[in-house]
Amino acid sequence: MYYFDPHIHMVSRTTDDYEALARMGCVAVSEPAFWAGFDRGSAESFRDYFRQLTSFEPQRAGQFGLQHFTWLCINAKEAENVDLSREVIRLIPEFLHQPNVLGIGEIGLNKNTRNEAIVFLEHLELAVRYDQPILIHTPHLEDKYQGTRMILDMLGSDRRLDRKRVLVDHVEEHTVREVLEQGYWAGMTLYPVSKCTPARAADIVEIYGPERLLVNSAGDWGPSKPTAVPDFILEMRRRGHAERLIRQIVYDNPLEFFRQSPGFRFTPPDMAEDQPAPAVA
Amino acid sequence: MLRSRRAEDVMAREFLEMRAKLLELAASLDRLDRGGGLPAHDVRVQRIRAALELLPEGRADRAERLQQIFSRPYDPNWRASFGLEP
Repeated sequence: MYYFDPHIHMVSRTTDDYEALARMGCVAVSEPAFWAGFDRGSAESFRDYFRQLTSFEPQRAGQFGLQHFTWLCINAKEAENVDLSREVIRLIPEFLHQPNVLGIGEIGLNKNTRNEAIVFLEHLELAVRYDQPILIHTPHLEDKYQGTRMILDMLGSDRRLDRKRVLVDHVEEHTVREVLEQGYWAGMTLYPVSKCTPARAADIVEIYGPERLLVNSAGDWGPSKPTAVPDFILEMRRRGHAERLIRQIVYDNPLEFFRQSPGFRFTPPDMAEDQPAPAVA
Repeated sequence: MLRSRRAEDVMAREFLEMRAKLLELAASLDRLDRGGGLPAHDVRVQRIRAALELLPEGRADRAERLQQIFSRPYDPNWRASFGLEP
């Protein structure tokens, strides 16, 4: 089955992982800007990171027939530094015209602090000003419920936002209902310890239905599994769910959400014409 | 809500997995005791106890309620305390 991984940090993964994704049926990935595992020292570091996301990674993905899309921001872990965050936000518009950019993300909260909220609100301003969809990170573990509610408060008080163009990611059992009921898209992240398992994601689909739900691996530099979406597909099949239902969640839903981005140009694999094999870097 | 599998089918597939998870939890609690135990006021101990008390309840929202046990409370007036009123 063809699928998208709508949230995966490929800059942290090896080229072997691109090959594994392609073998598993992945046809496209969407990579939100993320924390590097350490705090970057200047806005210029982010400029290089955005060049990597918009130039280098699409080439690397293309070697295996995958299309690569991306989202730009300064992430919540580095948003405690408001001055640096503002510098980074100022340089984002110069990359928004790049052909693989889908919007602003993954913005959000980490420890639910005042500074994180200030930078989140300034990212919302940027998204509104440039008419960009938004991808949102919700905090981990004991901070998730509080942070998700705070994020929904900030989104809900901005009447300029189109809720159908906002994806709230890393939802779990205690946050998914609120996100869906308020009209946003919801992403379930399949992560070994801190987020969702394939079985619990399948439970959430059975409880809430497939509308506006996505699944992703959030594969990154930490313990994570870039091929987690196929694990979800297998879990759904083992439960006897129809192929069309599974396809809706792993392929049709990401397409529907991403199509709202002015920068989204996707060639479905069954409509692609013969192409010369890309050169290997 | 989508069609759910019959409970008998779920148990047939998941019994050994459930048993294994309970055993891992019991072994973790044993390790804590062998290490001298933790005081009852330790918030982690309190949360684990609350989670264990929740499991036998006959309601199909245990996962959601267990998540709440391990969550910080949400204050709807957080923007006022941050000075970020809309």
